[in-house]
Amino acid sequence: MKTSSLIYDGSFNGLLTCVFASFEQKLKVTSIQPPGSSQNDMFAEVTEIQTNPEQAKRVWKAFKRIATTTGQQNIYYAYLTETSGMEIDILKYLEHTFYLKASIDGDYTNMHVLKIAKAAKQLGREKHRMEAFVRFKLTKDDIYFATINPDFNVLPVIKSHFTTRYSDQQWLIYDIKRKFGLYYDLKKTEVISLDFSAEWSSTSKNEGFFDASEIEFQHLWKEYFQSTTIKSRINKKLHHQHVPKRYWQYLIEKNPLHI
Amino acid sequence: MYFIQLMGFFPIFEETFKVMMFDRIKEKLNILADAAKYDVSCSSSGSNRKNTKNGLGNSDGMGICHSYTEDGRCVSLLKILLTNHCIFDCAYCVTRRSNDIKRAAFKVQEVVDLTINFYRRNYIEGLFLSSGIFKSPDFTMERLIRVAKKLRLEENFNGYIHLKSIPGASDELMREAGLYADRLSVNIEIPTISGLKKLAPEKEHSDFTKPMTKVKNEIILYKSEKKLIKSTPKYAPAGQSTQMIVGASGESDREIMLSANHYYKNYNMKRVYYSGYVPISMDPRLPSLGAQVPMLRENRLYQTDWLMRFYGFNVNELLNTQFPNLDVEVDPKLSWALRNMDQFPLDINRAGKEMLLRVPGIGLKSVSKIIKARRFRKLNFQHLKSIGVALNRARYFIICDSRGWETRDLTSAKIKSLILRNSEGKFRKDYSSQLSLF
Repeated sequence: MKTSSLIYDGSFNGLLTCVFASFEQKLKVTSIQPPGSSQNDMFAEVTEIQTNPEQAKRVWKAFKRIATTTGQQNIYYAYLTETSGMEIDILKYLEHTFYLKASIDGDYTNMHVLKIAKAAKQLGREKHRMEAFVRFKLTKDDIYFATINPDFNVLPVIKSHFTTRYSDQQWLIYDIKRKFGLYYDLKKTEVISLDFSAEWSSTSKNEGFFDASEIEFQHLWKEYFQSTTIKSRINKKLHHQHVPKRYWQYLIEKNPLHI
Repeated sequence: MYFIQLMGFFPIFEETFKVMMFDRIKEKLNILADAAKYDVSCSSSGSNRKNTKNGLGNSDGMGICHSYTEDGRCVSLLKILLTNHCIFDCAYCVTRRSNDIKRAAFKVQEVVDLTINFYRRNYIEGLFLSSGIFKSPDFTMERLIRVAKKLRLEENFNGYIHLKSIPGASDELMREAGLYADRLSVNIEIPTISGLKKLAPEKEHSDFTKPMTKVKNEIILYKSEKKLIKSTPKYAPAGQSTQMIVGASGESDREIMLSANHYYKNYNMKRVYYSGYVPISMDPRLPSLGAQVPMLRENRLYQTDWLMRFYGFNVNELLNTQFPNLDVEVDPKLSWALRNMDQFPLDINRAGKEMLLRVPGIGLKSVSKIIKARRFRKLNFQHLKSIGVALNRARYFIICDSRGWETRDLTSAKIKSLILRNSEGKFRKDYSSQLSLF
């Protein structure tokens, strides 16, 4: 039987459309990839799948009827990790669920289930870290501003946390890697894209951009961080375990003072 | 009004004024955060406060550690003392009256401003406010409440607030405190009454338990009222906690854990914290200044605490007159299993949850995964490994759908030495009596 390699637009709906196509056309899918990825199966027929929200909705609705809430969340989280090859695991997971007409969440002896559960856990961890390590800086326009550079695409899943928590202040969190951000204007949170110059980042000097008191509060926080450490119990290994170095870029307490 | 106009005319004045103000706060923050750091509790979980309309913040469910200090502890709350002036002279405490240190005090508004500004920048989950006791317990408690009240009512703050219950504070104040705080705590510090007499002769044991009892009763009362009337306000939704110093007054692990168990059972404590004593004084009643912080012991006590709260162990199974102290070489669960080999081996595919929890190398998460996964098919060693079970310990205590389980009739001592040989412990180098060859 001929195998197919599907190309989708990288969106979750696109992925679900692929699942739909695979069912409808009884394809033997060996890979599903976003545009621009290089790994192609030599013998497979490459098909580009146009995202169809209606079809995606049908797949998700059918899945929702059978799957547990954890199962649903795990699939979405695993997709957000943007790990190459995860699409196939998601396809297999859905196929198997539809075949059995029962939830397979928890079947950790199934390779796809375990892989998706692990990926979902990784994303959950990154989400939690972003909720912890985002440091807002107050701009002159009264917007609390932060940039992030996370391993996975976590903005869609941290949206509700920041919206409920900071509902009486304007804030903006921008993902520099994926070039989009969330902006809350005291009424609703919207996805926005900004045009930053290339060298702009939260770590460069941007005098005149931030509120005058900003530097003082950063200073206070740094001092607090120093004073609250118990010198006789220093344990750098544990410290690095909790705050891996790649997250230091966000942390005022781990960087020289700047605004 | 005139003053403000003047400030407008001379912006330089305003600037210097601001700088001076921040400098003063900085100094206070250094002193009062430094004095508060020996309180280990920094938890911000377990509350259920939702954000209100146009309010700031929330604290429901999971806590968040916004940073970690270099000693590896979570920084979740702005943990400070209102003041480190104190009328008491407890030997184990840095802020004791007789200690020659710099003293400072925050104004109520200063604490409020700091909390709000840190919170808005996502530095913290909320405030942990403790204090030295100045003038009287009630006077101090009233000040702490005033900070919490201001945060809640004037700033619409719905983040986490942890207040210290001041030993000896009146029932009336304790009732009020719980209306604004998410958690209240009194540190009993010394696990035994005799130890307390020796190290803090000015304090009575009942000074600690009185506010605890009051808070416990109020929590029960508010909860039962809430069942009838939905609009009943929250009262300390994250419960109470306490802390004990380990290694300051020479008590055994059994005494400490029995005491902890007592507080869990009789005062519905959410948490008991154990704090390895950090030498801070020349007092002959205490370990001398150069003495090491008993970190391993502290670690083993926390493990025991977890076994009691989440793994269904009774304190007497882990510590009793025959075994008054915990094994330093292996964790308390393994140590229990080695003493109770008659309970093993256990069949992973059949055993109930309570027994699975007792297998060394299988934790809470693994147990729930095993129970889910074995509904689909029988599990073997390979499955267990990919689920995350620590087979280096578990393999001696289980059988599953693989051959090749442990068939030798091993003694407890032999198993222990095999496990120790095939694993690493982070504290091993500190206590190993055997010389390392390399």
